Amino acid sequence: MPPDVEAVAEQVFVALADPTRRTILAALASGGPATATDLAARLPITRQAIAKHLALLAETGLLTAEPGERRRVRYRLRSAPMQVAQQFLAALARDWDSSLEALKDLLDGRNTPQ
Amino acid sequence: MGFPDRIERTVEVAHPPATVWAALTTAEGLSAWFGNQATIDLHPGGSARMTWTGGETANMRIERVEEPTVFGFTWHIYGLPDDDPRRTYVEFTLEPAGAGTRLTVVETGFAQLPEDVYRKAFDGNTEGWASELGELVAYLDAA
Repeated sequence: MPPDVEAVAEQVFVALADPTRRTILAALASGGPATATDLAARLPITRQAIAKHLALLAETGLLTAEPGERRRVRYRLRSAPMQVAQQFLAALARDWDSSLEALKDLLDGRNTPQ
Repeated sequence: MGFPDRIERTVEVAHPPATVWAALTTAEGLSAWFGNQATIDLHPGGSARMTWTGGETANMRIERVEEPTVFGFTWHIYGLPDDDPRRTYVEFTLEPAGAGTRLTVVETGFAQLPEDVYRKAFDGNTEGWASELGELVAYLDAA
Protein backbone atom coordinates (compact mmCIF):
# COMPACT_ATOMS: atom_id res chain seq x y z
CA MET A 1 0.00 0.00 0.00
CA PRO A 2 1.40 3.45 -0.83
CA PRO A 3 2.23 5.32 2.40
CA ASP A 4 0.48 8.49 1.21
CA VAL A 5 -3.12 7.42 1.82
CA GLU A 6 -2.50 7.07 5.53
CA ALA A 7 -0.88 10.51 5.70
CA VAL A 8 -3.62 12.14 3.63
CA ALA A 9 -6.41 10.63 5.77
CA GLU A 10 -4.58 11.72 8.92
CA GLN A 11 -4.38 15.33 7.71
CA VAL A 12 -8.11 15.37 7.07
CA PHE A 13 -8.96 13.89 10.47
CA VAL A 14 -6.55 16.22 12.28
CA ALA A 15 -8.14 19.19 10.49
CA LEU A 16 -11.64 18.02 11.38
CA ALA A 17 -10.75 17.45 15.03
CA ASP A 18 -10.58 21.19 15.63
CA PRO A 19 -13.98 22.93 15.93
CA THR A 20 -12.78 26.19 14.33
CA ARG A 21 -11.27 24.43 11.33
CA ARG A 22 -14.39 22.27 11.08
CA THR A 23 -16.52 25.42 10.93
CA ILE A 24 -14.30 26.92 8.21
CA LEU A 25 -14.31 23.71 6.14
CA ALA A 26 -18.09 23.39 6.54
CA ALA A 27 -18.53 27.00 5.37
CA LEU A 28 -16.38 26.35 2.28
CA ALA A 29 -18.29 23.13 1.56
CA SER A 30 -21.70 24.76 1.82
CA GLY A 31 -20.91 28.18 0.35
CA GLY A 32 -18.11 27.46 -2.11
CA PRO A 33 -14.71 29.19 -2.48
CA ALA A 34 -14.21 32.23 -0.24
CA THR A 35 -11.59 34.67 1.01
CA ALA A 36 -10.66 35.12 4.69
CA THR A 37 -12.65 38.37 4.62
CA ASP A 38 -15.76 36.63 3.22
CA LEU A 39 -15.56 34.00 5.93
CA ALA A 40 -14.96 36.54 8.72
CA ALA A 41 -18.16 38.31 7.69
CA ARG A 42 -20.12 35.07 7.96
CA LEU A 43 -18.55 33.25 10.91
CA PRO A 44 -18.16 34.18 14.59
CA ILE A 45 -14.38 33.87 14.27
CA THR A 46 -11.82 36.67 13.96
CA ARG A 47 -10.40 37.34 10.51
CA GLN A 48 -6.92 36.78 11.91
CA ALA A 49 -7.78 33.30 13.20
CA ILE A 50 -9.52 32.44 9.95
CA ALA A 51 -6.51 33.57 7.90
CA LYS A 52 -4.18 31.47 10.05
CA HIS A 53 -6.29 28.33 9.68
CA LEU A 54 -6.79 28.86 5.94
CA ALA A 55 -3.04 29.14 5.41
CA LEU A 56 -2.41 25.96 7.41
CA LEU A 57 -5.13 24.03 5.59
CA ALA A 58 -3.74 25.15 2.23
CA GLU A 59 -0.25 24.11 3.30
CA THR A 60 -1.42 20.58 4.08
CA GLY A 61 -3.22 20.34 0.74
CA LEU A 62 -6.81 20.35 2.00
CA LEU A 63 -7.49 23.72 0.35
CA THR A 64 -6.13 25.36 -2.76
CA ALA A 65 -5.31 29.07 -2.72
CA GLU A 66 -6.26 30.95 -5.86
CA PRO A 67 -6.33 34.61 -6.84
CA GLY A 68 -9.62 36.27 -5.93
CA GLU A 69 -11.01 39.76 -6.34
CA ARG A 70 -9.01 42.80 -5.19
CA ARG A 71 -5.86 40.69 -4.98
CA ARG A 72 -7.25 38.69 -2.08
CA VAL A 73 -6.52 35.00 -1.88
CA ARG A 74 -9.56 32.83 -2.32
CA TYR A 75 -9.62 29.33 -0.81
CA ARG A 76 -11.28 26.31 -2.34
CA LEU A 77 -11.83 22.87 -0.80
CA ARG A 78 -9.90 20.04 -2.44
CA SER A 79 -12.11 17.01 -2.76
CA ALA A 80 -9.34 14.43 -3.26
CA PRO A 81 -8.09 14.29 0.36
CA MET A 82 -11.71 14.32 1.61
CA GLN A 83 -12.41 11.33 -0.60
CA VAL A 84 -9.43 9.47 0.86
CA ALA A 85 -10.86 10.13 4.35
CA GLN A 86 -14.24 8.98 3.01
CA GLN A 87 -12.66 5.69 1.90
CA PHE A 88 -11.33 5.21 5.42
CA LEU A 89 -14.82 5.87 6.84
CA ALA A 90 -16.41 3.60 4.22
CA ALA A 91 -14.30 0.72 5.51
CA LEU A 92 -15.35 1.48 9.09
CA ALA A 93 -19.00 1.77 8.07
CA ARG A 94 -18.97 -1.37 5.92
CA ASP A 95 -21.11 -3.57 8.11
CA TRP A 96 -20.45 -7.14 6.95
CA ASP A 97 -21.35 -8.47 10.40
CA SER A 98 -25.00 -7.45 10.08
CA SER A 99 -25.19 -8.69 6.49
CA LEU A 100 -23.73 -12.07 7.42
CA GLU A 101 -26.11 -12.32 10.38
CA ALA A 102 -28.99 -11.68 7.97
CA LEU A 103 -27.64 -14.37 5.64
CA LYS A 104 -27.44 -16.87 8.47
CA ASP A 105 -30.96 -16.02 9.59
CA LEU A 106 -32.23 -16.51 6.05
CA LEU A 107 -30.55 -19.90 5.70
CA ASP A 108 -31.81 -21.00 9.10
CA GLY A 109 -35.35 -19.98 8.17
CA ARG A 110 -35.42 -16.98 10.49
CA ASN A 111 -35.93 -14.44 7.79
CA THR A 112 -36.04 -11.03 9.39
CA PRO A 113 -36.95 -8.16 7.10
CA GLN A 114 -34.14 -5.58 6.87
CA MET B 1 -0.71 0.25 8.71
CA GLY B 2 -3.63 2.18 10.11
CA PHE B 3 -5.63 2.51 6.91
CA PRO B 4 -8.21 -0.32 6.71
CA ASP B 5 -7.63 -1.56 3.15
CA ARG B 6 -9.00 -5.05 3.76
CA ILE B 7 -11.99 -6.44 5.63
CA GLU B 8 -12.25 -10.17 6.27
CA ARG B 9 -14.92 -12.22 8.04
CA THR B 10 -15.47 -15.96 8.32
CA VAL B 11 -18.70 -17.54 9.49
CA GLU B 12 -19.76 -21.16 9.88
CA VAL B 13 -23.13 -21.92 8.37
CA ALA B 14 -25.12 -25.12 9.03
CA HIS B 15 -26.03 -25.61 5.36
CA PRO B 16 -24.16 -27.18 2.45
CA PRO B 17 -22.23 -24.98 -0.02
CA ALA B 18 -24.91 -25.41 -2.74
CA THR B 19 -27.54 -23.77 -0.50
CA VAL B 20 -25.21 -20.94 0.50
CA TRP B 21 -24.18 -20.48 -3.14
CA ALA B 22 -27.81 -19.98 -4.15
CA ALA B 23 -28.29 -17.36 -1.43
CA LEU B 24 -25.23 -15.44 -2.68
CA THR B 25 -25.71 -15.65 -6.41
CA THR B 26 -29.42 -15.51 -7.20
CA ALA B 27 -31.73 -12.50 -7.24
CA GLU B 28 -34.07 -14.33 -4.90
CA GLY B 29 -31.27 -15.07 -2.43
CA LEU B 30 -29.64 -11.63 -2.53
CA SER B 31 -32.94 -9.81 -2.11
CA ALA B 32 -33.71 -11.90 0.96
CA TRP B 33 -30.61 -11.04 3.01
CA PHE B 34 -28.54 -8.33 1.32
CA GLY B 35 -30.67 -5.85 -0.57
CA ASN B 36 -34.42 -5.46 -0.68
CA GLN B 37 -34.53 -6.08 -4.43
CA ALA B 38 -31.89 -7.61 -6.64
CA THR B 39 -31.11 -8.51 -10.23
CA ILE B 40 -28.10 -10.53 -11.31
CA ASP B 41 -26.57 -11.69 -14.58
CA LEU B 42 -24.33 -14.43 -13.20
CA HIS B 43 -21.18 -14.64 -15.30
CA PRO B 44 -17.81 -12.86 -15.20
CA GLY B 45 -18.38 -9.39 -16.67
CA GLY B 46 -22.09 -9.56 -15.92
CA SER B 47 -23.79 -7.01 -13.75
CA ALA B 48 -25.87 -7.22 -10.62
CA ARG B 49 -27.87 -4.53 -8.93
CA MET B 50 -29.32 -4.26 -5.47
CA THR B 51 -31.71 -1.65 -4.23
CA TRP B 52 -32.90 -0.87 -0.76
CA THR B 53 -36.24 0.54 0.29
CA GLY B 54 -34.39 3.62 1.56
CA GLY B 55 -33.55 4.44 -2.06
CA GLU B 56 -29.91 3.34 -2.12
CA THR B 57 -28.62 1.34 -5.04
CA ALA B 58 -25.51 -0.80 -5.46
CA ASN B 59 -24.29 -1.72 -8.91
CA MET B 60 -21.95 -4.67 -8.96
CA ARG B 61 -19.76 -6.06 -11.71
CA ILE B 62 -19.37 -9.83 -11.45
CA GLU B 63 -15.72 -10.89 -11.60
CA ARG B 64 -15.47 -14.55 -10.53
CA VAL B 65 -18.06 -17.31 -10.73
CA GLU B 66 -16.71 -20.72 -9.72
CA GLU B 67 -19.74 -22.64 -8.48
CA PRO B 68 -19.95 -23.48 -5.63
CA THR B 69 -16.67 -22.20 -4.19
CA VAL B 70 -15.81 -18.66 -5.32
CA PHE B 71 -18.04 -15.69 -6.11
CA GLY B 72 -16.42 -12.27 -6.61
CA PHE B 73 -17.62 -8.83 -7.66
CA THR B 74 -16.52 -5.20 -7.55
CA TRP B 75 -18.66 -2.32 -6.44
CA HIS B 76 -18.49 1.37 -5.81
CA ILE B 77 -17.04 2.77 -2.56
CA TYR B 78 -19.88 4.24 -0.51
CA GLY B 79 -19.76 8.02 -0.29
CA LEU B 80 -17.54 8.66 -3.32
CA PRO B 81 -19.03 10.43 -6.36
CA ASP B 82 -20.87 8.12 -8.77
CA ASP B 83 -18.34 8.67 -11.55
CA ASP B 84 -15.34 7.86 -9.34
CA PRO B 85 -13.49 4.89 -10.82
CA ARG B 86 -12.40 3.48 -7.46
CA ARG B 87 -14.15 0.23 -6.54
CA THR B 88 -13.59 -2.37 -3.88
CA TYR B 89 -13.42 -6.09 -4.67
CA VAL B 90 -15.60 -8.47 -2.68
CA GLU B 91 -14.90 -12.19 -2.75
CA PHE B 92 -16.92 -14.93 -1.10
CA THR B 93 -15.21 -18.29 -0.60
CA LEU B 94 -17.24 -21.37 0.35
CA GLU B 95 -15.58 -24.43 1.87
CA PRO B 96 -17.39 -27.55 3.04
CA ALA B 97 -17.12 -27.90 6.82
CA GLY B 98 -18.75 -31.08 8.08
CA ALA B 99 -22.38 -30.93 6.95
CA GLY B 100 -22.17 -27.17 6.66
CA THR B 101 -20.09 -24.45 5.04
CA ARG B 102 -17.27 -22.20 6.14
CA LEU B 103 -18.04 -18.90 4.39
CA THR B 104 -15.36 -16.24 4.12
CA VAL B 105 -15.92 -12.77 2.75
CA VAL B 106 -12.98 -10.52 1.92
CA GLU B 107 -13.40 -6.94 0.72
CA THR B 108 -10.27 -5.11 -0.45
CA GLY B 109 -9.34 -1.80 -2.05
CA PHE B 110 -10.43 0.85 0.45
CA ALA B 111 -6.93 2.34 0.47
CA GLN B 112 -6.67 3.06 -3.25
CA LEU B 113 -5.21 6.44 -4.13
CA PRO B 114 -7.17 8.87 -6.24
CA GLU B 115 -5.44 9.94 -9.44
CA ASP B 116 -4.47 13.45 -8.45
CA VAL B 117 -2.82 12.26 -5.23
CA TYR B 118 -0.76 9.96 -7.44
CA ARG B 119 0.12 12.94 -9.57
CA LYS B 120 1.20 14.89 -6.50
CA ALA B 121 3.22 11.95 -5.17
CA PHE B 122 4.98 11.35 -8.45
CA ASP B 123 5.41 14.94 -9.63
CA GLY B 124 9.11 14.70 -8.81
CA ASN B 125 9.47 11.74 -11.15
CA THR B 126 7.45 13.37 -13.87
CA GLU B 127 9.65 16.45 -13.81
CA GLY B 128 12.68 14.22 -13.92
CA TRP B 129 11.32 12.55 -17.02
CA ALA B 130 10.43 15.86 -18.60
CA SER B 131 14.00 17.09 -18.32
CA GLU B 132 15.37 13.74 -19.53
CA LEU B 133 13.09 13.99 -22.55
CA GLY B 134 14.21 17.58 -23.08
CA GLU B 135 17.79 16.32 -23.20
CA LEU B 136 16.80 13.58 -25.62
CA VAL B 137 15.10 16.07 -27.92
CA ALA B 138 18.16 18.35 -27.78
CA TYR B 139 20.39 15.37 -28.59
CA LEU B 140 18.22 14.33 -31.54
CA ASP B 141 18.05 17.91 -32.84
CA ALA B 142 21.81 18.16 -32.74
CA ALA B 143 22.28 14.90 -34.66
